[in-house]
Amino acid sequence: MKVAITSTGNSPDATLDNRFGRCSFFVVFDTDTQATEFIPNPNKENIEGAGQASVQLVASRGVKKVVSGEFGAKVKSIFDSLQIQLVVLNDPEKKIREVIELLNRINN
Amino acid sequence: MTNPPHFKGFRPIGLPEENSPIVLNFEEYESIRLSDFELYGQVEAAQIMEISRPTYARIYESARRKVAQAFILGKAIVFEGGKVYFDSDWYSCNSCGCWFNHPAKETEIKNCALCGSRDIAQYNDISQQETNDDICICPNCGTEKEHTLGVPCHKEICPSCNYQMIRKGAPLHHSIRGNNGKEI
Repeated sequence: MKVAITSTGNSPDATLDNRFGRCSFFVVFDTDTQATEFIPNPNKENIEGAGQASVQLVASRGVKKVVSGEFGAKVKSIFDSLQIQLVVLNDPEKKIREVIELLNRINN
Repeated sequence: MTNPPHFKGFRPIGLPEENSPIVLNFEEYESIRLSDFELYGQVEAAQIMEISRPTYARIYESARRKVAQAFILGKAIVFEGGKVYFDSDWYSCNSCGCWFNHPAKETEIKNCALCGSRDIAQYNDISQQETNDDICICPNCGTEKEHTLGVPCHKEICPSCNYQMIRKGAPLHHSIRGNNGKEI
């Protein structure tokens, strides 16, 4: 299963980005192959619609779960209709590596 | 809408299969569920579906007509999507402190989506519902009263000065305040 995590930088030592639509990077982590992919967020500087555009981006990667610090008001209904699970983790100090470790624990 | 039906429809017994079934939209299904199964009033049911009361009445009437048609003419009923999305509930994990929702209604949730802990709780958003309540205000003395659903504010009488009340925040409110509440 693929999981998207919002990140402030493009390494596993970067911290979780608190915003979903305007985060710096999306980390797409595959729990089956343990592969991570860092995608720069093209919608970061959008004036409006950053959330919706980001939903399209992560949905096009086949993600089934999204981890972020916060989600905007408009995106939850879109995620619901796409059957994508949202995880709100209000901990800006959390590193991407630690989130991935947590996700790995479910499978073991 | 909150709960999708977990089957696709109904078929009459003892009739050859017909290929013109009645299509009952999910919102119509939901209106029958709220009115005739959960026994909510129309005003409450409309609030649950986040639509206006007249719209709710229209959907509900359409639903009943379709069910009656299917019964009388012996037609099948098929549930099909209208303009709906399935709202998902929020859960919190006491182990890692995260929040998560659960869009796949069919499966039961047991573990935290992030750390897999079983120490999770469903989150009920009661506080937000309470703050959304409307308030009637007296334009004369400023007394506020919680708005009673279904009773127009202008039919409420101020308990302290017997003045006709209005909805708080309505544009009329300010113009009347300017006149010291002497005229309406």
